[in-house]
Amino acid sequence: MGHVWALVERELIRFGRARMLILFTVLGPLLQLVVLGYAFGGTLHGLRLAVVDEDHGIEALRLRERAQAVAAGPGTFVAVPYADEVSALTALRTGKVSGVVVIPPGFTRRVLAREAPQVALVENNVDRFVSTALSGALKELVAGWGRVQVTTTRLPTEVALAVVELYPFVPYVQYLLPGTVVLAIFTMVMLGGAFAFMDDKVLGIHEGYLVTPVTRLELVAAFNVSGAIKAVTVGTVLTLVGMALSGVPAPLEPVRLFQALLVVTLTALALVSLMFLLLARVNDPMVPRIASMLLNTLLFFPSGAVYPVEGLPGWLRAIAVVDPFTYAVRALRTLLLQGAGLSAIAPDLLVLAATAVVALILSAAAFQRSL
Amino acid sequence: MSAVAAIEVEGIVRRFGDFTAVDGIRFSVAEGEIFGLLGPNGAGKSTLIRMLTTLVPPTAGTARVAGCDVVREAAGVRRAIGVIPQNMTSDRELTVKENLSLFAQLYDVPRRRRPALIAELLAAVQLTEWADKQVKFLSGGMRRRVEIARGLVHRPRILFLDEPTTGLDPVSRAAVWQMLRKFKAEQDLTVVLTTHYLDEADALCDRIAIVDHGKLVALDTPLALKASLPGDSLLEVSFAALPPGWAERLRALPAVERVTGVGHAYRIASADGPVTLRALLAAAEAEGVRFESLDVQHTSLDDVFAEYTGRQLRDALQEPSARESAVMAAKGQR
Repeated sequence: MGHVWALVERELIRFGRARMLILFTVLGPLLQLVVLGYAFGGTLHGLRLAVVDEDHGIEALRLRERAQAVAAGPGTFVAVPYADEVSALTALRTGKVSGVVVIPPGFTRRVLAREAPQVALVENNVDRFVSTALSGALKELVAGWGRVQVTTTRLPTEVALAVVELYPFVPYVQYLLPGTVVLAIFTMVMLGGAFAFMDDKVLGIHEGYLVTPVTRLELVAAFNVSGAIKAVTVGTVLTLVGMALSGVPAPLEPVRLFQALLVVTLTALALVSLMFLLLARVNDPMVPRIASMLLNTLLFFPSGAVYPVEGLPGWLRAIAVVDPFTYAVRALRTLLLQGAGLSAIAPDLLVLAATAVVALILSAAAFQRSL
Repeated sequence: MSAVAAIEVEGIVRRFGDFTAVDGIRFSVAEGEIFGLLGPNGAGKSTLIRMLTTLVPPTAGTARVAGCDVVREAAGVRRAIGVIPQNMTSDRELTVKENLSLFAQLYDVPRRRRPALIAELLAAVQLTEWADKQVKFLSGGMRRRVEIARGLVHRPRILFLDEPTTGLDPVSRAAVWQMLRKFKAEQDLTVVLTTHYLDEADALCDRIAIVDHGKLVALDTPLALKASLPGDSLLEVSFAALPPGWAERLRALPAVERVTGVGHAYRIASADGPVTLRALLAAAEAEGVRFESLDVQHTSLDDVFAEYTGRQLRDALQEPSARESAVMAAKGQR
């Protein structure tokens, strides 16, 4: 144990002095959490919607008034009157408006005669977020309209869906938090573990160790323990600061914090041991740098960190199954946002622990105690 | 010098693919000896040291260091040796004391003995005032002294130094030499060092092995190596134009033991430099032969190196190493 502690102590002394490393691994993911969380988490406001009234009847007027009411209320769009369809479409193509609603001639007559009145929405489907928001808002507007008409005919036209939200509103920035914590752990595993390990190798510092009586297992244990300590430190800081920043309720609840620390520790151990397995026989300092870039994308995005795994195509789901990020993100999300206990995340913890043990055994076998 | 062998090397070979870095070297080093491995870059010195310090396993042959086989009893070898590698490998972010403390722990120096031992070593390498400074703030010479202290932190029986003064200024080199002599005298150390500095080998080593292209080409004391060459003086002369039979005239000069020449340039080995020089000047005067250059010197290790390898060490240092040549040949560059 003396040898392992000596090597771990050396790593921790260096870690304590590496202010830039700590700053980058903490601030980088926090910045991403705040920017990405608030950039993607909001609803769209103030889209300009061209309204072309070719009917000029009383019902068309009512529809235009309702559109104005949206602008005054939820504010999803602002209705801008256009005299004719051609100029409105030109405005859409040149980006002056985000959509065009055409109220066709005879709309009022059809409404009054109950002859399936229609309005047309021409949308710019290049931007799917905008077109989805616009068509959603308009459908709501027209649907309310339709219900009045339907009610008078007493025909059952729609099935009502009663939605009960299990948790208080969870903004996207909170949804993103578990992924950010795991990403911070990964970043430290790469910067404070893989890069440092390879730089030591290239500088000949490992050569200095190899001529001492330290054994292969002691070396592997020391690399893993020190890497995990650094990653757990950053993961814990990110969990605490991230919860406070994103407004997760009761961020200092001790039982939940302890459980989160357990997830963070197992995640760190799994990622560190996998990284050493990857680098056990590598001597080229470029390899961890390239691997870091590739793995960042390959592990983070399919894991459900930014978008539900269920929304991914089959091949990405296959990656998600073997991606340790998936289990770490799910466990943290269940714990931090759903308030569930250890029993709910036991399968995820088991996967992370098994990954750590298997990778550790394999990396110990692969590590060579010679140049 | 004790007769007990600290190191015994028997026909050791190391190949990297098709390239043979060390080719059947055999020698032994007595306890308490300073043993030098002299040769140009790529001669195989570092590979030899790496095999003796258990970093690289030999392809064939055996070596015993401090009575332990370098392959089968590697752990025993590691406990007995201190190693100062070619590259300065102390941790730049750690302080001098932290570096020494780390290695004291890796070598199982008992906790209670560490402070006194480290203080003693720091004083010996004159770095006491720098103990709490990070290594990155030290000069090259000071960093080398940290390495020496680090290599001695567990009081090893045998110290290996791979090119210990490469890249140091003359003052720092002299300081390193002085420290090595002191440690050797005080601690009864056996020292094995590689160098391509002839003056270093001459000044420090009890015996020198000349290594070239992975083979041991000569092994003896510096004095004996120099004495093995004909004469104790060497005249290097070049002439503007030569009369017929001039080489024979040179060989006939008094005290001359050997004459070798290329074109108008000759190397004349003499048992009595001044006598041969006077006769040479007289003969040239009589024949009307004009000198282009004339240099007289005592036989040096460079001459020994030239004798055994066929080229000057300073020239050999400019050549690509054997391994580099092999790589270049493979790439079709030669």
